[in-house]
Amino acid sequence: MSYDAIIIGAGMSGLAAGIRLAMYGKKVVVLEKHTISGGLNSYYQRRIPSTKEIFQFDVGLHALTNFAKKGEKRKPLTKLLRQLRIGYDELELCEQTFSQIHFKSAKLNFSNDFELLQSEVKSIFPEEFDNFQKLYQYILEFNEVNLNADYLSAKKVLESYIATPLLREMLIAPLLIYGSAWENDMDFSQFVIMFKALYLEGFSRPRGGVRTILSLLENKFKEVGGELRYRSSVESIEYNESGVSGVVLKNGEKLESKKVFSSAGLPETMDMCQKDKRSIIGKLSFTETILVFDKKIKHSENEPTIIFYNDSDQYNYQRAQNFYDASSAVICFPDNYESQNKDGHGVARLTFMAHFDQWNNLEKPDYLTKKNEVLSESKRILKNLNVEQSEIYSDVFTPTTIKRYTNHFDGTVYGSTTKYRDGQTKIDGLYIIGTDQGFLGIVGSMLSGISISNLYGLME
Amino acid sequence: MSVDVKKIVLEIIEDVAPDEDLGGLNPAESLRDQLDLDSMDFLDIVMELRKRHKVEVPSEDYPRLATLDSCVEYLSPKFA
Repeated sequence: MSYDAIIIGAGMSGLAAGIRLAMYGKKVVVLEKHTISGGLNSYYQRRIPSTKEIFQFDVGLHALTNFAKKGEKRKPLTKLLRQLRIGYDELELCEQTFSQIHFKSAKLNFSNDFELLQSEVKSIFPEEFDNFQKLYQYILEFNEVNLNADYLSAKKVLESYIATPLLREMLIAPLLIYGSAWENDMDFSQFVIMFKALYLEGFSRPRGGVRTILSLLENKFKEVGGELRYRSSVESIEYNESGVSGVVLKNGEKLESKKVFSSAGLPETMDMCQKDKRSIIGKLSFTETILVFDKKIKHSENEPTIIFYNDSDQYNYQRAQNFYDASSAVICFPDNYESQNKDGHGVARLTFMAHFDQWNNLEKPDYLTKKNEVLSESKRILKNLNVEQSEIYSDVFTPTTIKRYTNHFDGTVYGSTTKYRDGQTKIDGLYIIGTDQGFLGIVGSMLSGISISNLYGLME
Repeated sequence: MSVDVKKIVLEIIEDVAPDEDLGGLNPAESLRDQLDLDSMDFLDIVMELRKRHKVEVPSEDYPRLATLDSCVEYLSPKFA
């Protein structure tokens, strides 16, 4: 079979790229290893033994960042919906209530209205308020999409504006854990992108979770004539001096194309080309605990959507020293979005930083024991936050689970520390989209698929 | 019979940027200044011209699509 373009991976970026190319008459196939789409942002279902009910759980998506109101100008979300010809209302977005950065000595709330964060800084760090406003002005004027900018340490820039270490740590923590492939610091332009995505634009969630987005993308891709193949694992990418010639699937089938867009990740893509990969594998992987309660969660004070929890005043964003690091967590309460159903079961999800190799070396019985340990640590943290309810179901996934379903080496979630911002590899016709192209978050990954396929698939 | 190029362009903009209000558009003024259109939207206008009307606009000619008037001037010969 011969195609105008082959896309590896039916995640957010692969499907978005596929839609763009097929929409303008290209013959496109998207190859997905798994039996469903989504990649790092997918879902699974389990039957709850006690009630026989079937539950569907989102994987990845805690929140869709970059919230924009309908028709709001110059926003990433507005741009991507336009490019994909998907109507704003089809996403059925529910806004967050508010979220909280919860450190040992202070808490800061923020919402989709930036004024909340400003007033929180003013009341909790009054001596820093003017500095914070200056930083905000600098961020507004900064050109974060300049692809030729040199690396600038976000922590250094923060230090030049804000004197109190606690406030600096609190501000950067959510931005790191929502997308940084680098440990403990990030490039300032990434910081600005994330600052806007989280603090200026904010969080929302489609009413039906990640499945709403995926089915919109799948349906649109089919509508414009694209071909989507599941259980189609790519064994190798074929190329010679003149560039890419196609891919060979695990079952031996050969597909021809002069253009391959890979969302598999940079080291994973290099591996398909039989090139060296070890040096560029990222270090950050996670465990996630999912808890289902018999009824909606009662919070002692209001109802936060997401809590960025840290049990000290210094934030360590790095690969866990041991199996997992329970000194910090991201805790998502998916019920606490506006106009979500207020009856029925309650759900909480807790993410810890983890260490792939340690999990990978465990034998099955020890693996299960460790998973139980993560579960009790998760419950301990919820108890600290005064969330104590009867649970009817729980599950934990680990870095090895992520590896199994996404094929990301070492279960990395934010990919390699090497990003190919312009999407181009050294092999002609082979392009990188998704996490390792370098746009962050779900909105970022879709924009990545769109811009790289526009550039190399349509503008010839 | 002459083709209404202005109508064709407006129809495309309406589909590419459905949330924009096209009433009261000044044909002599830059489209970008009046509407929230970026380079991705202009790519789509070009792609739709090719898809619907088999009209090719090479990338060096993109600036000629700046205003509604310049679109008509540039595209009319291609529809003739």
